[in-house]
Amino acid sequence: MGAFLTDSLGKLSQVLVAIAIFSIVLLAIFGIAGRAKGKYQNKIAQIIFFGPAAFLLLVGLVVPAIQTIIFSFKDPDSVNFVGFANYKWMLIDPNIKTVMLNTILWILVVPLITTGIGLLLAVMLDRLKRESIPKSLIFMPMAISFVGASIIWKFVYDYAKDGYPQTGLLSNIVSLFGGTPQNWMLVKPLNTFLLMIIFIWVQTGFAMVILSAAIKAVPSDIVEASALDGASGWKLFKNITFPMVRGTFIVVLATMVVGALKLFDIVRTMTGGNFGTNVLANEMYSQVFVQFDQGKGSALAVALFISVSPILIYNIIHLRRERAQR
Amino acid sequence: MFKSKKGALAIGAVAVSLVATMLTTVSASAAVNCDPYSGYKKMKGKTVTVFTSILEPELTTMKTAMKDFVACTGIKVKIEGSNQFEALLPVRVKGGNAPDLAFLPQPGLLVKMVATGKVVAPPAGTVANVNKYWSKSWKDLGTVKGKFYAAPLGSNMKSLVWYSPKQFKAAGYTVPKTWDEMTTLADKMAADGKIAFCGGLGSGGATGWPATDWVEQIVLREYGAKVYNDWVSHKVKFSDPKIKAAMQKVAGWMQNPKWVGNVKGIATTTFQDAGKGIPTGKCMMLQQASFYGNILGAEGATISSTGDAFAFYLPATNSKVSVPVVGGGEFTTAFAKRPEVQQVQNYLSSATFATSRVQLDHWVSANSGVPLAAYKDPIDRLAAEYLSNSKSTFGFDASDLMPAAVGAGAEWKEFTAWFGEGKSIDDVTKAIDAAWPAS
Amino acid sequence: MSALQTQNPGRKIFSSRLATIVVWTLTVLWTIPTLGLFVSSFRSGKDIYETGWWTALIKPDFTLANYQKVLFGGGAESLGDGILPYFVNSIVITLPAVIFPITIATMAAYCLAWVKFRGSDFLFFTIFALQIVPLQMSLVPLLQLFTGGAHFQGITLIPKLGIAGEFAGIWLPHTMFALPLAIYLMHNFIASIPRDLMEAAFVDGANHFKVFRQIVVPLSIPAIAALAIFQFLWVWNDLLVALTFASSTEEIAPINAKLASLVGQYGSSWESLTAGAFITILIPLIVFFSLQRYFVRGLLAGSVK
Repeated sequence: MGAFLTDSLGKLSQVLVAIAIFSIVLLAIFGIAGRAKGKYQNKIAQIIFFGPAAFLLLVGLVVPAIQTIIFSFKDPDSVNFVGFANYKWMLIDPNIKTVMLNTILWILVVPLITTGIGLLLAVMLDRLKRESIPKSLIFMPMAISFVGASIIWKFVYDYAKDGYPQTGLLSNIVSLFGGTPQNWMLVKPLNTFLLMIIFIWVQTGFAMVILSAAIKAVPSDIVEASALDGASGWKLFKNITFPMVRGTFIVVLATMVVGALKLFDIVRTMTGGNFGTNVLANEMYSQVFVQFDQGKGSALAVALFISVSPILIYNIIHLRRERAQR
Repeated sequence: MFKSKKGALAIGAVAVSLVATMLTTVSASAAVNCDPYSGYKKMKGKTVTVFTSILEPELTTMKTAMKDFVACTGIKVKIEGSNQFEALLPVRVKGGNAPDLAFLPQPGLLVKMVATGKVVAPPAGTVANVNKYWSKSWKDLGTVKGKFYAAPLGSNMKSLVWYSPKQFKAAGYTVPKTWDEMTTLADKMAADGKIAFCGGLGSGGATGWPATDWVEQIVLREYGAKVYNDWVSHKVKFSDPKIKAAMQKVAGWMQNPKWVGNVKGIATTTFQDAGKGIPTGKCMMLQQASFYGNILGAEGATISSTGDAFAFYLPATNSKVSVPVVGGGEFTTAFAKRPEVQQVQNYLSSATFATSRVQLDHWVSANSGVPLAAYKDPIDRLAAEYLSNSKSTFGFDASDLMPAAVGAGAEWKEFTAWFGEGKSIDDVTKAIDAAWPAS
Repeated sequence: MSALQTQNPGRKIFSSRLATIVVWTLTVLWTIPTLGLFVSSFRSGKDIYETGWWTALIKPDFTLANYQKVLFGGGAESLGDGILPYFVNSIVITLPAVIFPITIATMAAYCLAWVKFRGSDFLFFTIFALQIVPLQMSLVPLLQLFTGGAHFQGITLIPKLGIAGEFAGIWLPHTMFALPLAIYLMHNFIASIPRDLMEAAFVDGANHFKVFRQIVVPLSIPAIAALAIFQFLWVWNDLLVALTFASSTEEIAPINAKLASLVGQYGSSWESLTAGAFITILIPLIVFFSLQRYFVRGLLAGSVK
């Protein structure tokens, strides 16, 4: 126990020292740079505010992304260049076709539902006196580690064969309404939608919290004024509230698209990517970490990079429009 | 079955080692007996890190087995186990953060690791141990491009069928000795309204591997070692009539609705859940490896020849192939050359270690220096008997030897589709052959 | 009701009855799966395997044995056996891995939103796009950097950091991987601070550093609190980063590594897993409840007025 205490104190002091150094350095730089006057003021501010993030992003993400692009033109061990062979494989392989179609389905369905329900909840919670209980319960799935979530959903989707008792919730609900329990993970394309429900269940809390904060930031006087003008209900939402939170709505939507594109753990634990449920990120993970093919895995990662571009372009257009309005 | 001269010698050795064991355990309570470790140098304060896919509770057992070695040499052995081992090891090795030693469960992974240039060849002491205690086929598995790198460590025996002695007794069934006896028994079970064979392929990202084991069993049983090895090296393709015929035989066994009930359900049942019905008779037999007893044991089943669960040898199908045995194993691979690391390598490849490990539980070693009587667990002993039998036709888990794109990719995926989606054998074999890397 | 009216004037988008019904229906739907886990964690392994968890609500037959086994069962597979060091590690890993990225991201977001410079829009979109880079692809290059430094034609650009296996070696990757989303979200909030407010401050002679500290940070507290919660949850529930840059031994590994060992070598014992999973949820939930008041209330709206 004594050793445990000294060890823990040592570790905790590491944290304190790290945070202390971080804060002191920051404050010192702010103090010194704050004295700068004249034409260099803006330049200095840019470097100090943006420099650390730029450096960390460069090292942690930009360089690896470039390396991934290079690897996508190389063999499994990243030794020899193989031209476009990995991309050719991606276009020809019948499994990858399913993967691509599923990924498109995921980014079309999941972000809209998640953000939509999140917005609905955020708007409605604003009307409730006791909002913290439902808010916390809906947010709860975000707090559950993935191991926990997979157990939770096993209890929902489980199917027992050959006269074993059906312990899955879904099978029992279906039986209750006179249906026959199915081996849910095998039913195409229902199985993909069942997996999507898990993602929606986890991520709606995120959408709700962010959108709720945005709605609360809508100045009350604006809403009040329109209400006095006789606007109410759907009209008030459409004309006043939604335009005020549109920016945040798009931010959440874009985050959900990225989340859905990068998703792999739900598919991996529930079906292992079998039965026509595979998605891009899971195939990439399998290629790199299970089949040890860095080349194909990197090509799939590049496909991920490319598939984010529509939402990126949409973001650019939106930001331009917003700027023009200001 | 084991009345050969070698067997008699082994029994002699057992008697000696049993005495030695008792002495060790007795003296351990007072002070550690360091005599077996007199050949090792004292290196107090040195640390060796080990990375493995072995998890609790086996990890603690592993540490217990090495306790005396650690006490006598002063080398601190830090063992880290992770269920993400296969994904993490390449990342750490390529990233320059390799452990001193790693226990690789697949020879295929060894090839990949050697390709990084970070693997260090074992010291002379380890090579001598391997030459002395392991057969050439085991040494070959640790050899890449003619150079020996990794000493075998543990093994498991996959040609077993799990059943419940209690349920068999209650229903008046006897353990089958031949394939025909097994199929007759399965028919009888079906007639009695029972599910003869349990099965489950589910294993997260590795879903499908139990089916690869089933096919391996039949390929080895039907055609022997030559075809099996040619199949591993793709000289015999998956679409070869021989392999297709073997798959047909698997389909007649594990996809026979009369015996297994809902065939598609096998694809979604996890391999751990598959055998849970054995003690209660919900299903009667399950083809799984020697380690499966630990899963059943964790659920509270007693593992013994009269208990809730036990295993029998999966019978041969072709009289021309003598005692076919499919197995797997781990290989100790070094990424550092320090003397303390090499000393641990020497120790791990010795009969001293293997014997002290099997005396504890849940471990099988193909190390010929381990007396069969030393095994604590009856299933482990049974597995060891088959692995050390000179008449055995041994086949190492084929999917672990094939390129990962097949053995950990297409084969898992396609076999899962074969069971779960009723994909035809023609389509399955064609797709796997197409996934075989060109070089 | 009248008190609410004055507090929240005119927010009559939906009738409060409809809102109540919809919100509570969704809440119940969202909670049922977790309730299943919660109920199951008090049932025996045999019951879990043989009947659905809802039968326990009709015919209650509960046991504390699962929790007892997981917490005090002894042996390596129980949490009771030395969980405390892992718990300390989780705190040690999480605190800096939340504070560092959020501070750096808030600064960067402010810079992109208010310190205009050529190319700032391009940088903003690049950062958004960087969210898509799978962190699995960054593991090897980063680890190489930590163990060997970065060199270009014999010139050392970044020295060997030697922080692999140290806590700093976990904080840094977490900070890097968190930045794109954190900057993106913070930018959204900081950019929406009213222009008049900012301009008034600059006219008064405040420089960027003063505006940042005295206006931007106080106004962004709800966003920072929300982001802190998300980052906390990601780091707390992470296993990949910790296992790649450190190890799963008790000197450094987070509590999750210990929980993963509950699954064990052959594990599928649902009864231990259910109890274990519930214990893991507890700490994130406590943090959520204690921080949520910061962003549930509309602080931003209040202060801008």
